[in-house]
Amino acid sequence: MKKILFESKSKMQRNERVINKILIMLGVISILTTIGIILSLAEETVQFFKSVSIVEFFTSTKWTPMFEPANYGVLPLVMGTFLIVIFSSIISIPIGLGSAIYLSEYAPKKVRKILKPVLEILAGIPSIVYGYFALTSITPLIRSIFPNASVFNALSAGIAVGIMTIPMVSSLSEDAMMAVPDSLRLGAYALGSTKFEVATKIVVPAAFSGIAASFILSISRAIGETMIVAMAAGSTPKLTLNPLESIQTMTGYIVQISLGDVPAGSIGYKTIFAVGTLLFFITFILNILSRNIVRKYRRAY
Amino acid sequence: METKIKVENLNFYYGNNRALSNINMDIYKNKITAFIGPSGCGKSTFLRTINRMNEFIENTRVEGKILIDGEDIYSKKVDPVELRRRVGMVFQRPNPFPKTIYENIVYGLKKNGVKNKEILNEVVDTTLKSVALYEEVKDKIHKSALELSGGQQQRLCIARTIAMQPDVILFDEPTSALDPISTMKIEELLLELKNDYTIIIVTHSMQQAARISDYTAFFLNGEVIEFDETNKIFSNPRDKRTEDYITGRFG
Repeated sequence: MKKILFESKSKMQRNERVINKILIMLGVISILTTIGIILSLAEETVQFFKSVSIVEFFTSTKWTPMFEPANYGVLPLVMGTFLIVIFSSIISIPIGLGSAIYLSEYAPKKVRKILKPVLEILAGIPSIVYGYFALTSITPLIRSIFPNASVFNALSAGIAVGIMTIPMVSSLSEDAMMAVPDSLRLGAYALGSTKFEVATKIVVPAAFSGIAASFILSISRAIGETMIVAMAAGSTPKLTLNPLESIQTMTGYIVQISLGDVPAGSIGYKTIFAVGTLLFFITFILNILSRNIVRKYRRAY
Repeated sequence: METKIKVENLNFYYGNNRALSNINMDIYKNKITAFIGPSGCGKSTFLRTINRMNEFIENTRVEGKILIDGEDIYSKKVDPVELRRRVGMVFQRPNPFPKTIYENIVYGLKKNGVKNKEILNEVVDTTLKSVALYEEVKDKIHKSALELSGGQQQRLCIARTIAMQPDVILFDEPTSALDPISTMKIEELLLELKNDYTIIIVTHSMQQAARISDYTAFFLNGEVIEFDETNKIFSNPRDKRTEDYITGRFG
């Protein structure tokens, strides 16, 4: 009996070691993939900047790599992305935060049980459906209000991206607010607070780090969103703040070139790596920012 | 002696469970009234009926009356938010807001529209002094309240309550999470505060009730077994069950 026990113990230890190795391998795979992606981005980007000056890339206001004369100013694409971020945030942040406050502070348990999964279904809709929705529903609506709006415009795509990111804001913000201990709510009620005061003056500030992180993640998502903007925002890089015009975002440009017949190795081909690298850095910085906010404002209640 | 709170035939239910049965009690102004009794006897439930905090627990029901200065707090005309501004409460575990010490104290005032910086600063100073916290925290008033020790946090919570200038302050086992020295400081503070406020304290410690209270109510199974001057309860209890409890035979 004793012998069997020892045997099985050594077998267990061997299994543990094998499992340990497999898990390390899995971890290494994801790290190596990331490094590989960065390297392949970097290689073509360096090639690109051998032919185009970095000053022109960041200061020229025209992006016409496929035309003569070719201009390589990325600002119009950045501005296009910026417009999408602005309009999507105008939609997703107030609606997302409002529904998070409702779900966490006001909704009866039964309502929350139904509403929360419904909101999360929004997150599961493929973005191409949102693109289609933007094109067939939002754009006609915009054009009925602003007749001079073009068929493809930043506003329509921005609104669709905003709707898509509502569940991200509401779900993460609600998690953060639910984590605020009830003792704080009761303390505030005992000082004669109304429900609204408890929600806005106690719960939201206490959950600020999680809420801010949800905002940044949704912005990050809007920057990276591709399908909706490719379908609804247009494909004319333009340095404009007018949301009713056709524009192009960084992601939209990459899609356009990737789907076209630009020969590999040409300068036009390399542009998408340069834009991709810039996109990578912007989202990378936002992620670091959100981590720092979470760390700085995390309260140990 | 002036009656501040008059409780008449109060019953309280959690669902179908009667947690308080037929409670009648007079609580006097500027006195400390202590509620003692074993766990689950209803003393905290009763305390929470006085500022209607039980309403945050689902499926509860109150019958009977609680009159504060002659006005029934369960009448439809009374807004529980207003009531809680007059009847403050300090909890078992210190629960300062994750804000600065200053913001914790002025929270209630700011909420009620007091904006004048001078008034706010003065309230912060005087309330911190009245809870004997001023000397300890005067250099870090604008630092997070969460940096304070448990005892300091609890005194801050009392300061936060006093800043609202309530008539009555309810204390729900305010020292059960604190060390003996912090407990002593809070007890001294309560004796000070009774000059200005009517104080009700739920305590699990009979010694604490004996040390600081003027009146004591002994609760058992949702009923008030005996309510009298504290020294009478402890030296000469009328009911056998009270005697058994205070001599440590159960509970």
